[in-house]
Amino acid sequence: MSPWLHKQRNLLDFTLSSLSRRRGKTLGMMAVYTSIVFVLASVMLFSHAIRREAATVLAKSPEVLVQRMVAGRHDLIPARYLDAIKGVRGVQSAEGRLWGYLFDPAAAANYTLMVPTNPRIEPGKVVIGDGVVRARSADPGDLMSFRAHDGALVQFKVDKTISRDSALVSADLFLVAEEDFRRLFGIAPGLFTDLAISVRNPREVTKIAEKIDAALPDTRIILRDEILRTYESVFDWREGMLLVLLAGSILAFAIFSWEKASGLSAEERREIGILKAVGWETGDVIRLKMLEGMVVSLSAFLIGYLLAYLHVFHFGAGLFEPVLKGWAVLYPKYRLAPFVDELQVATLFFFTVFPYTIATVVPIWRAAIVDPDTVMR
Amino acid sequence: MIHLSDVRKAFNQGKPNEFWALKGIDLSVRAGKVTVFRGPSGSGKTTLLTLVGCLARPTTGRVRLRDRDISGLPERFLTDIRRSTFGFVFQQFNLLKGISAVENVMVPAYPLGRCRTELSARAHALMDSLDIGPKAHSNAEWLSGGEAQRVAIARALINDPEVVIADEPTANLDSERSKQFLGIVETLKASGKTVLMTSHDPLVCDTEVVDHVVSLRDGQLVDTR
Repeated sequence: MSPWLHKQRNLLDFTLSSLSRRRGKTLGMMAVYTSIVFVLASVMLFSHAIRREAATVLAKSPEVLVQRMVAGRHDLIPARYLDAIKGVRGVQSAEGRLWGYLFDPAAAANYTLMVPTNPRIEPGKVVIGDGVVRARSADPGDLMSFRAHDGALVQFKVDKTISRDSALVSADLFLVAEEDFRRLFGIAPGLFTDLAISVRNPREVTKIAEKIDAALPDTRIILRDEILRTYESVFDWREGMLLVLLAGSILAFAIFSWEKASGLSAEERREIGILKAVGWETGDVIRLKMLEGMVVSLSAFLIGYLLAYLHVFHFGAGLFEPVLKGWAVLYPKYRLAPFVDELQVATLFFFTVFPYTIATVVPIWRAAIVDPDTVMR
Repeated sequence: MIHLSDVRKAFNQGKPNEFWALKGIDLSVRAGKVTVFRGPSGSGKTTLLTLVGCLARPTTGRVRLRDRDISGLPERFLTDIRRSTFGFVFQQFNLLKGISAVENVMVPAYPLGRCRTELSARAHALMDSLDIGPKAHSNAEWLSGGEAQRVAIARALINDPEVVIADEPTANLDSERSKQFLGIVETLKASGKTVLMTSHDPLVCDTEVVDHVVSLRDGQLVDTR
């Protein structure tokens, strides 16, 4: 091993023994530091993962949606609009969708009713999401009754339930047959809630949307990218709000760490004097103290980040769930897919480890340039 | 080996509380000998020791180590000379609390990048030679005055310096311990080390092992023998 490596090893060994000498101060500092990294990393990991989740879910949704507007409100769209759309070059397929919301007084919750095209549901039967299962304690084979638009009772037999894996989007789903949907809401055949369109070339989406808009002036065109942006804004806003709330504690930590890291005790000053007197260069002393700062901040960062990872991806982010996810009666129970963004880690690292190390070094530098003969007096 | 010519040292120069600790010292310290700086409190003996040991620079005058003028060298070079040429035993011993005695002994060698195993072996050997081997793993603050001083001596010797500097080495010791210390000085002298001490203890100044006694008063040399 080269002398340089021996020197670094010796300095690191001495750093660790220095830290263990001030065990109380070091552990206290690390505990506060770790909690701050934990909180910030939890918020960041959660927001990022949920944004990705939304993007993954939306990846399967149609690229373009067409809704009819009447007097500025969303209205049912006639099936003949499909012919006009299919005539636009670049449109791969277009189909009418039936969906809506149904309030269930028994569970005091809103269900999202949909008519799936593949596989089709038999009339009189229903497939329900995990949230509905929990709200109504319903099992396959149970009967569920609702009042239709005209007051008549419509009964459904639970055919099966949707697995919890897709709970983020399926928790409140209530999948029924087309006939049952139309009967429940009194929607005449030939009318749809909206139209879902897929295009051949994704780069032509905007152009095709413009053409549809020109051909059907009373419609509203919604692009998948726009929905994604809306989701991102919502989560950005929530993350920002939480970070603002946390700003107070971050500031308190900044003051605390500055005070702890920058305040040199008389004992520490004496030690610096001794080290210089026995032949340590100013640079060696600064390197030692920088290592001390780095050991504390790096350990706190790694532990804090690891705890945050476990908190978000293994324990469902229990601490921030209500703020970051929002609230609903039929709340989806789901586990986020673990994802770590390098830039995010680097940002957090820069804003936590770097300031602390600097806060440690500045006073040491001031103390370390003092003449070594002070220790003799 | 060390030559001082017209060395003066001022503290707080240019301020109302300016104080001249040394007022024109001419002195030569010979290699392989034991020299004691004697004088009452405030006579400037510790200040003289700091100049000789490269812990501080003179305000005016020259300090030469062999033929090299070291009085105007920047801090970095002084540090280099200090750790390769001098070993220090401070009056309060100045051991680092919370770490073991053997670690205290090794501290001056850390920046030199020596192998830790060899370093540890040398530290233990030094401590054994000073009869404090069994205390190697005791924390510095648990040691008695005599033990702490011997740890400080081992620390001073870890980089095998040519000169050992001791500031008031017997000030915190009883007569028995003082005699033991002088025994160690004799061993150091026998091994070819130059020893420089400050003291106003007659036990130190009048002992046979001491070759030269330099008396100071009010920052000036009053007598040398």
